[in-house]
Amino acid sequence: MDAAQALADLVEISAQIEAAVLAAADGTVLASTLADEERAGAVARDAVELLQAAAGGAGGPVQLQVAVPEGSVFVVRDEERLVAAVTGRDPTPGLVLYDLKTCLRLAGENARPAKKAASRARKKKDDGEVADGAA
Amino acid sequence: MARRRLTALVVTLGSLVGAAALWRRRSGKGKEYVDVYFADGSMVTFAEGSDEAARLLPIARRLLSSAR
Repeated sequence: MDAAQALADLVEISAQIEAAVLAAADGTVLASTLADEERAGAVARDAVELLQAAAGGAGGPVQLQVAVPEGSVFVVRDEERLVAAVTGRDPTPGLVLYDLKTCLRLAGENARPAKKAASRARKKKDDGEVADGAA
Repeated sequence: MARRRLTALVVTLGSLVGAAALWRRRSGKGKEYVDVYFADGSMVTFAEGSDEAARLLPIARRLLSSAR
């Protein structure tokens, strides 16, 4: 499943999520429910900034929720990606966080086989070169 | 008799006003907080007025306005 599909599924299953952005760990947007790329980029940058600003003695946070009267912001990250989402007032945090983690996992499932395939191709090429050298 | 009724009425109205004020305070505006979850399973809440919340809330507000 690619990043856009993972995000589309997220918005479909979670009625509480109004908008979401899937980004690389450095804030590069991978997929977004926002039509405006500039706004999606701003959301991703602010999500990275939130994670950095919330880092404490126990290391970097893996997820956070910020609640304000206008709504809530959720950010969940793994080693390579993060997903940021906004909801209205008084969401159910457990459900939203679960859906965001699922989205990250689905987006990662696509990336990992691609990495493995690239690594296999590299190994095959190296093996071929070794065989050529021996012949 | 009339005095007792008046007292009961005042107590009832006072209770209603108090309950309404408490309900408004609990569910009402100004509820701001930050919940941060770490990889080791720990979680910390920064309440409104803390230094951490003061640092994080403006970023979240900016993010919210970008997303809407």
